[in-house]
Amino acid sequence: MRLLKKKIWLIALILAFFLNIQNGVWAQNKIIILATTTSIQDAGLLDVLIPIFERKTGYFIKTIAVGSGQALALGKRGEVDLLLVHSPEEEKKFMSDGYGISRRGVMENDFLLVGPAEDPAKIKGTKEAVNAFQKISTSSSLFISRGDNSGTHTKELSIWEATKITPEGQRWYQQTGLGMGQTLTIASEKRGYTLTDQGTYMALRKNLNLEVFLAKNKDLRNYYHVIVVNPKRWPKVNDKGAWALADFLLGKEAQEIIRTFGFSQFGSPLFFPIANQR
Amino acid sequence: MELIWSGLKKAFFLLITLDPEVLNITFLSLKISGTATLISLLLGITLGTGLALSEFSGRRFLVSLVNTGMGFPPVVVGLFVTILLWRNGPLGFLGILYTPTAIIIAQAIIATPIVTGITLAAMQALPKNLRWQILALGATRWQMIWFLIKEAKIPLLAGAMAGFGGVISEVGASIMVGGNIKGYSRVLTTATVMETSKGNFDLAIALSIILLLLAYLINTMLTQIQQRERPR
Amino acid sequence: MLHIPDFSVFRGEILSLLGPNGAGKTTLLQALAFLTPYFQGEIIFQGQKINSAKSILALRRQVTMVFQDPLLLDTSVYDNVASGLKIRGLKKKEIQQIVSQNLERFDISHLAQRSARKISAGEAQRVALARAFAIQPDILLLDEPFAKLDQPTRDSLLADLESVLRQTKTTTVMATHDRLEALRLSDRLAVMNNGQILQIGSPEEVMNKPLDEFVAAFVGVESILTGKVVSKEKGSILVAVSGQTVAAIGEMDLGETVALCIRPENVTLTDLPPHELSSARNVFRGRIVKISPFGLFYRIQLDCGFPLISYITAHSLEKLKLEEGMEAVASFKATSIHVLRKKEKLPV
Repeated sequence: MRLLKKKIWLIALILAFFLNIQNGVWAQNKIIILATTTSIQDAGLLDVLIPIFERKTGYFIKTIAVGSGQALALGKRGEVDLLLVHSPEEEKKFMSDGYGISRRGVMENDFLLVGPAEDPAKIKGTKEAVNAFQKISTSSSLFISRGDNSGTHTKELSIWEATKITPEGQRWYQQTGLGMGQTLTIASEKRGYTLTDQGTYMALRKNLNLEVFLAKNKDLRNYYHVIVVNPKRWPKVNDKGAWALADFLLGKEAQEIIRTFGFSQFGSPLFFPIANQR
Repeated sequence: MELIWSGLKKAFFLLITLDPEVLNITFLSLKISGTATLISLLLGITLGTGLALSEFSGRRFLVSLVNTGMGFPPVVVGLFVTILLWRNGPLGFLGILYTPTAIIIAQAIIATPIVTGITLAAMQALPKNLRWQILALGATRWQMIWFLIKEAKIPLLAGAMAGFGGVISEVGASIMVGGNIKGYSRVLTTATVMETSKGNFDLAIALSIILLLLAYLINTMLTQIQQRERPR
Repeated sequence: MLHIPDFSVFRGEILSLLGPNGAGKTTLLQALAFLTPYFQGEIIFQGQKINSAKSILALRRQVTMVFQDPLLLDTSVYDNVASGLKIRGLKKKEIQQIVSQNLERFDISHLAQRSARKISAGEAQRVALARAFAIQPDILLLDEPFAKLDQPTRDSLLADLESVLRQTKTTTVMATHDRLEALRLSDRLAVMNNGQILQIGSPEEVMNKPLDEFVAAFVGVESILTGKVVSKEKGSILVAVSGQTVAAIGEMDLGETVALCIRPENVTLTDLPPHELSSARNVFRGRIVKISPFGLFYRIQLDCGFPLISYITAHSLEKLKLEEGMEAVASFKATSIHVLRKKEKLPV
């Protein structure tokens, strides 16, 4: 008898634990899966915008920060509903292949070319990104790349292409496969150059020992677009929710928040809202 | 060094002021890993005991599978679980990708071979005739198993701690199947990785310290039970 | 592997299984308690056939076993002795009463709260026995329970066990390879080898009238002399052994080869010169090859043209001033010889 009582208690305890885990009470059509990049998540912008949307509409947004490459891949598989990424060439291909049914610009900022103060490649004063990259290559100065198909990485690769230089395999070119923050830290520690987005750099500036060499350069513009995944290919896509969220991000309220975001923290905003301008 | 010190200070501060987000993350870690460990104990002790007490062709093969599973890379588990739980995947109809439940499933899969392997070794280490002696005292099959488990209490609890330790500190699978969604599926380990990648090192260290404290508390409790001395 | 066509245990008796290691004693005991999963044949317990899970459990609840190792649980002595009762779901008060009674029986009441891991080997076996008796089994199976203990502990435990067995009249089957133990406790004795029961009967019968040479050797017939029958008269025969003649009682044919079993207790040594002994036949002169202590006796190994073993008391040894290498005279009655027809090797 005593043994039986103990068994019952054990089972009750387990059940209690189980039931305690809340997966939430949302119906499937009230859930929107948003795939975005680590740099956007790290900036903290979505932590402000998403709750406002959720409160207004009762949707539950599952934001997964995975990097542009994976975000687009997930979109192609219909595993996510909305993409917020910054990899224009890849995005255009995504759209032309029919995986997305709407692509609109949300905001933009700059990529920066940063590097060690001692400037071994002597790129200070160079005006063109292509030239700067060439100088880094000729001087075999250390360059740290994301190497992860992210928006930043794709941008970086497009500049290398323009220089007609292949950095892959060269001793001075190192790929981390890590997020922007970690890549910047590595560049700072190892005294190397790297291409970074403005938001992450500004957030980490105080911990880094890097200088900005190229900024506000027309070749280094960073555009963020929001793409609604095509529900015709994958019926489970919550396109209704995706449209609602996309419209919200492009709407007046969100755009205003984007315009001033980061000002109090860094002295200048991280992003420039561009909805309805392209 | 002063980074660690500032991390310590931050940890203290967050705990003392009962920072709601940190508390949420901490309790979620505990609930998720706790549930996963309990599931793995149920499955693992059953499987381990069953394997230890039985004889059939192919048993050795199963045992080597279990032993391999003990060291199975959690990230691989995460990848496979993700593929299974994808909306358009075989188990997509469950709709549990990017939820705490998915993390529990992945962690249970990671911990179960560990508990099974240790249970198997523990049961096999008991004196060979002990099970006959217990049966000869008139025990039913279930009573015998219960007595044997009590006899193997020390290594079994070690197995429980190994299982729990393995999952409370797991991050790869947890990020993949959970999505690290703020306030929902973000746990101590995934939050630490995120803060590190953001460059918020002192916060990352603070979270690590809290994770260590949590693991220490749970293990102290289990160690107490394990080492509780029988009458002189 | 056991080959036992037929085997019965009677209520209230103490039956010993005697045999060398590997004879199958443990296997037989386990089969009786239905602890081995593999066998062909059936067990009938108290008139019921044992063939269902329910009947197996019922059997196991009335038959218990004590092994060579005490196999105690990692808990207190009290809890160990109570374990069989807890399994049966008895109430706390009943358990307490029964446990104290049995702790008392085996003289271990003072160890009740001690951890089972912290007692001596002898004490541990006492706990195992107390645990077995606590459930008041219909049949108690003992598998060489004292084999791993030293002699004094063994003796004291054996004495206590004997008194409890007599008191409770518990049916017991005990495996042992110590024939003195078997002799002391048993109502019946079974000699086993190679999975078979070679002979079963009262200790007297088996000891004095072994059915073959293996049994004879095992029950302590130290002298087995092989020879041919050379003369035959009503009821008695003369057997030629190594050039000498031994007189025995038997109905064997002339020329038949026989084995003469002579128990050492029946061989007396004297210091009288042979021609002065009157009635005894079978008197032989021999040289003492070895004298070794054997429990309370001395074992004298003689060479009389054939090897002969005798047990004598320490007193006699002194009185006869026997020493190795000395000449001595051994004699044994014709009636004390057990004659066996020489068999071919036993089928396995």
